[in-house]
Formats: sequence, structure tokens, C-alpha cells
Amino acid sequence: MMQANSKPSLAALPLRIFIKLGVLPFFLIAAVVIFTLAAPNFLSPQNLINVARQSVYLVLVSLGQMLVLISGGFDLSVGTVIALSSVVSALAMTWAAQIFPDAIWLVILIGAFAGFAVALIVGAVNGIGVALFDVSPFIMTLGVSSVGTGLALFLTGGVPVSGLPFAFGDTFGFGRVFGVPVPVVIAVIAIIVMWVLMARTRVGARIYAVGGNIKAAHLSAINTRGTLILVYGLCAVIAALTGLLLTARVESGDANLGGTIAMESIAACVIAGVSLRGGIGRVENVVLGAFFIILMQNGMNLAQVSSYMQMVLIGLLLICAVIFDQLRYRMIVKG
Amino acid sequence: MTSKPLLQAHGLSKAYPGVLALDAVDFDLYAGELHVLFGENGAGKSTMISLLAGANTPTSGTIEMRGEPVQFASVADAQAKGIHTVFQEFSLIPTMSVAQNMFLGHEPGVGPFLSPRAMRQRAKQILTDLNFDIDPDLTVARLSRAQQQMVEIAKAMQGDLSVLILDEPTASLTDREVDQLFEVIGRLKSEGVGIIYISHRVHEFERIGERVTVLRDGAHIGTAPMAEMTEQSLVDMMAGREIRDIYPSIAHTPGEVVLDVQNLSAPGIDHASFEVRRGEVLGVAGLVGSGKSRLFRSVMGLNPTHAGQVRFKGRDVTGAQTRKLVKAGAWYLSPDRKHEGLILAETPRGNLVMDLMAEGGPLLRSRQLSTRAAEIFGHVELHESYRSRVVGKLSGGNQQKVLFGKAFGHKADLYIFDEPTVGVDMGTRAALYRLIAELAEAGKAVVVISSDLPEVMNLAHRAIVLANGKITAELPREDLREDIVLRYFFDQPGASQQTQKDTEGSPA
Repeated sequence: MMQANSKPSLAALPLRIFIKLGVLPFFLIAAVVIFTLAAPNFLSPQNLINVARQSVYLVLVSLGQMLVLISGGFDLSVGTVIALSSVVSALAMTWAAQIFPDAIWLVILIGAFAGFAVALIVGAVNGIGVALFDVSPFIMTLGVSSVGTGLALFLTGGVPVSGLPFAFGDTFGFGRVFGVPVPVVIAVIAIIVMWVLMARTRVGARIYAVGGNIKAAHLSAINTRGTLILVYGLCAVIAALTGLLLTARVESGDANLGGTIAMESIAACVIAGVSLRGGIGRVENVVLGAFFIILMQNGMNLAQVSSYMQMVLIGLLLICAVIFDQLRYRMIVKG
Repeated sequence: MTSKPLLQAHGLSKAYPGVLALDAVDFDLYAGELHVLFGENGAGKSTMISLLAGANTPTSGTIEMRGEPVQFASVADAQAKGIHTVFQEFSLIPTMSVAQNMFLGHEPGVGPFLSPRAMRQRAKQILTDLNFDIDPDLTVARLSRAQQQMVEIAKAMQGDLSVLILDEPTASLTDREVDQLFEVIGRLKSEGVGIIYISHRVHEFERIGERVTVLRDGAHIGTAPMAEMTEQSLVDMMAGREIRDIYPSIAHTPGEVVLDVQNLSAPGIDHASFEVRRGEVLGVAGLVGSGKSRLFRSVMGLNPTHAGQVRFKGRDVTGAQTRKLVKAGAWYLSPDRKHEGLILAETPRGNLVMDLMAEGGPLLRSRQLSTRAAEIFGHVELHESYRSRVVGKLSGGNQQKVLFGKAFGHKADLYIFDEPTVGVDMGTRAALYRLIAELAEAGKAVVVISSDLPEVMNLAHRAIVLANGKITAELPREDLREDIVLRYFFDQPGASQQTQKDTEGSPA
């Protein structure tokens, strides 16, 4: 009896993993196998540490994107927030450095404050548009992203802002704590905070409820509008954090930062099983999803796939992931 | 009845992973006959019709039409063979017109070109034949649910129709519309169409059915001529046990006024005044579209209010936000559990989190939540085996239990149940009624809005009746009799005449 039962369940194991975790485990295994065959040094510790360091930025942005996706929307303006916060914080630092030439950390603080402030404005505009005026998230964040990119280019005239305090790049771009790169430390803290938020707090439960069924949430005394505004605000703040870290890394305020990150972050989330319908998604999977995208890019570089072809493959991957997401939702709800 | 059945199924089975939804069921249907499928939610009726309609393929068993074995590749294939189905979930496109919906997929026209005029004419013809008063040019989104139901039926009335499957066709129809539908059914029967009819409403289908088949847990319990069955014997067969009184008697101890509505005007509501007290059940009756649901949606802040006053526990809450009202202790149970009630992709526990988390600090206590959820689901009698399943996969009755669980998750003073048992089987209904009784006896103020008149008459201590957005009567328990309540359903000059006739006809 027991044995007769275990056989079909073993055969159905991939299906059960798919329903529970989505398509990511399968993609991850396929990628590791393919790239190990194509590029022998792919699995070397040196390369994997490299991937970890490179993936910090996408991990962070994807965490913010995940919040918005779980709430039932999406945010195309994350790249713009990175560019805008980079430019604004760099301008603020160069301006503050003239007034307080000796207080380096005060200058950095002012810069960071300016970067986060501008992100909060962008996030609030997105959130208010979506929550109060029922603008579709697609149009709202697309429009905001045009406005933001235009402003960033206008502020700098298209030329990167240089002359940032040396300590800024030295600490947040290249610094290490106990041998671990500072960006990685910040990303780990962000992951933990986000996991607690989504899995252990009422705010997180509210976000899942709003994305799961906004009308039911409304009837359960949940402030749906406030939740949506919060979600877009948080997403923008995390994007700004990424913008500041990238600014430190390139040691200048650059309006061209974050160009493709909106699509990459959505791809990372969807591959990680975050539903585009909202209500479903887990922090730990999203981290893995972002890691997977960087792993793909790294592997393709090692295997000498041209950067143009890489764009093609990442796009196809996203479409595949969305199709699998549809199939998975159907299996979850209808069976 | 002719010798050869129109449609015959032998040993029809359907297995899903882990469940045998239908277990070797035999079924036959003769031309000109109405054959009722009866059973609790989850008994296999829906599976049965999905197989006959071509929406699913059987795991084993055969289907014959006029003696010839047939297999249906799809719903379209079954339609081509003359089997049309009106499912409970409508297949209408809300942004299109009635006529466009009726001819969806086979629009009249020449080659690739449509001829809208021919389409409109044919649609009008069909609607007139059916005695349905619907303008074929109207957009479906603007129709009431009952009218949409009519369009669904009209959609099936074309081409070669030999078998018509109707799944709960009267669930959202008014009595008058039900009569209209039955007239149409009678005519189709006389034309030799065989009809498979699924419904919980015995008093309706006993008027028009020839035979009835009862299913329970996927198995065929019995088939008998309608004339040999009574409501009681059918219900006993369905439940496999005796269900005597599904309505509990509820102690009436009216206390202070919790909800006080004065001269409320709102979209579709005209100067409504009433109050609800602790420890009593207020029934709200009326036709579909009478405003009985809209009235309470305005009270709850889901619809706007124009004038008047709503006081909840002594505080003026006119036009207040729903969220604030729920926090203050008013709970509204939506009649549309799929769109306004539940997260379909979540487990029952996951659905309860948003209601339970109001207690305590900002951090969720996972274990505490689980204990509390288990407590509540025990209370609403949601069987343990369903608690780890995704809500979208549960039957309507169990989904409704989860929704009631959400209500118990809030410690409210006022519970408004809008159509609390829509699409729910008899056994589950009895359980839900007990929960309503328990709330009222615990001193809560309870409102039951229902299109099912017996439900209002048996649960309510007092009832208001609405017609055309106005409260036409407030009746005490002793006046809650069908002949009296029905008088106030029509707010028009003809109503008084009808009232007279009714009084004359009644034995008193």
C-alpha cells in the first residue's frame, strides 16, 4: 500500500516543487549545468564571490519590486529612481562640501538624505496615482520614469557629477567589514529586514491581503490605499539605497545608472515565483531570483555570449517565466 | 417518452489526483423531459455536467446520444452536437452588447464581414420568442444579474438544440422571472428538447421536473419520478441522514439600538429609516434590484450617501470609510465571495490573517494566529482536511464557511450578512444558520439580507421589505408570512389590487 502510493508521488515531485516554488529551481539547475560545461571556471569560488558582489544591486531593487508586485502592481520607475537619487545626492554632496569642507561625514549624510528625499517624492507620486486615482501602475510608473529620467538629465546636462568626498566611495563602494564588502553587508541587512517585514509583521500581511484580493481586504478594515502608497514609497526608498551604493561604486552622480534594472528586477521576481496577479511571493526566493539573473549574465560573459544576444536571452527568459507563472496560478486555484 | 433515450451515460467516472469526484454514475435523459440533478455542494453534480457539456473528459465510462457513442473534445464540440450548457459562472463579455454576446464566435455575416443588422434582428427575434424584455443593443455590464442570466439562456437558444443543461438557473432570478423561465422550459420540452436541471430549490423544480437523480459524494444514490418524491425525502436522500429543521429557533432579547438609520438617501435608495438592536435578527427582503443590498452598502460606506443620517453605537458615521466602520465593530459579509470575500490562491488560514491581525502589536505571532484560526474553523465546522487546501479549490459551501470564519475573526457588534447562503447546500446552510443564531443570542445585532424569502421569514425577528429603493414595510415576526411579505415586493399602483386578491384567496 505504502509503496504503491510512493511511486506516483515521486514522479509528481517536480510538479509539486513547481507549484510550491515556481520555475526557479529548474532554471537554476539548468543554468549551472550549461555554464559549467561552457566555461570551466564558472563554478570557481572566486567567480561565485564575484557574482555575489555584483548581484547586490539587483537583489536590493528586486526586493522593492517584489513589494509592489505582491500588492498587485508593478514599478517601472525603479531605474529612474536610481538615476535621480544618484544625481541629486551627488549634487547635494558637492554643494555641501563647499559649505562644510571639513565635515566629510556631514556632507555624506546630507547627500544621502537628499537622495532618499527625492526617492520618497517619486514613490509618493506613484502611490498616490495608483491608490487614489486608480491609474494603472503600468502607465503611472512609466510616466513617472520619463519625468524622472528627464529631470536627472536636465540637472546634470547629461554629464556625470564628479568630485564626491573620497570617503564616500571608499566606504560604500569599495569598503569591507571583516573582509565582507560593505554593499554585501547592507544587502544582507536589507534582506533580513524585508523578510521580517513580509513574514512576521502586520504590514506585510496587509500587503499580501491587498494583492490577494483588494476588495476583501477593504471589507476587512485594511487601509488599502495607505498600503499601496506605502508599498510604492518603500520600493522607491530601496531603489534610492541602491542608487547611493552605485554612486559610491562609480564615484560620481550619473543619470545613466539603472538603465535596464526595471525589467531585470521584474524578471528576477517573476522567475522567483512572485505572481503578477499579486498576493504571492517570498523574500528568500526573490533573492535567489536576482542572484540567478546575475549568474546568467556572468555565465554568458564567461561563455563569450555577445551583450546583444544576452539582451535577447534575458527577454526570452522573462517571457518563459511569465508563462510558467500563468500555468502555476491555474494549478493553484483550479487544480 | 419515447423508447430510446436522447442522452445516456454508463458508469461515468472522473478522478482527480487524490479524489474520485464521480464514481460510476449512470444517467439517462429522454427527449422532452426535464431531469433534475440534486445533491449537496461537492456531491459531483458540477463534475457530471462538465463531462456532459464537453468541458472535461471522463476518466472512464461512456456517453451515448440517440444510441450512438459520442465523445466531446470541447464545449464547442458538444454544442455542435446539440448540447448547450448555461454554466453558473457566466461566459458573457461585459463590454460587448447583448446581441454581440449571443452570437459570439458565430456572428452572422458574409465572409469576413459582419452584418450587425442581421445580428440585431436575430437577437431580437430570439429574445422576443423567449419573452425576455431586454434591448439587444445594451452593453452587458449594464444589465442586472438576472438579465445577464437571461442573456446566457438566450445564447443557448440557437442552432441545433437537443439537450439544454441549466446549472442553478434561478439562483439570481426573481419569482416573476422564474415563471418566465419555466414557461420557456415548458415550450422547449414540447419541442422535444431534453433538459438537465441542477438546483437546490425543490419547491421550484418539482413544478417542472419529470425525474430526479440524487448524487452524494460522487455516487449515484437514486433516480425516481418527481411525483414519487417529496422535499423531505429528497433532502434525506441527499444528506444520507435526516435533516428536519434547518432553521434554528433564535431567542429574541432586543437590547439597545446599535444601528440607527434615518432618512438615508443614496444611489438607488430613497429616504430609508430603520434601526437594528442588540440580540435580534433583522431580516431584509425584496426582489433582486430592490435596493436591499445597496442600502447596506451605503451604510457600510461602500456606496456613497446623499442625505440622511447613519448612527452606529450612538456615533454619527454617515458616509464614513468602510475601514473605520469595520474597526468600530460593524462587519459586512459580501454576497460575492470570489471577488469581494476571499483570496482564492490562499489557504483558509491565510484568508483569516487579515482579520485576526487587528489584535496585538505590529509583529505577527504565527503560532498564536494558527491556534486562533484553528479555533475559528472548528467553530464554523470547516473540516480539517480542507484547512490546508487553497480556498479556490473548495466547494461553495466550504468557501462560505471560510467567509463566516472571517466574520468570527472580528469581534464586532453588528453583523450584516448579505445573501449568506447563496449557492450553498442544505447541510451547510443549517450550520451557517446556527452560527447566525449564536451571534444574535450572544447579544450581537444581526442583519440578514436575502433573496431567499423562507430564509428571511424563518431567521428574522423583524423584517423590512424594500421595493424600488424604498422601504415599503416593517413587519414583526408574526406577520412574516409569504402572502403578507410578497405584497410589499412591488411598489406600484398594481400592488394594492394584488393585495386584495391575495387576502381573498387566503383561508383566513
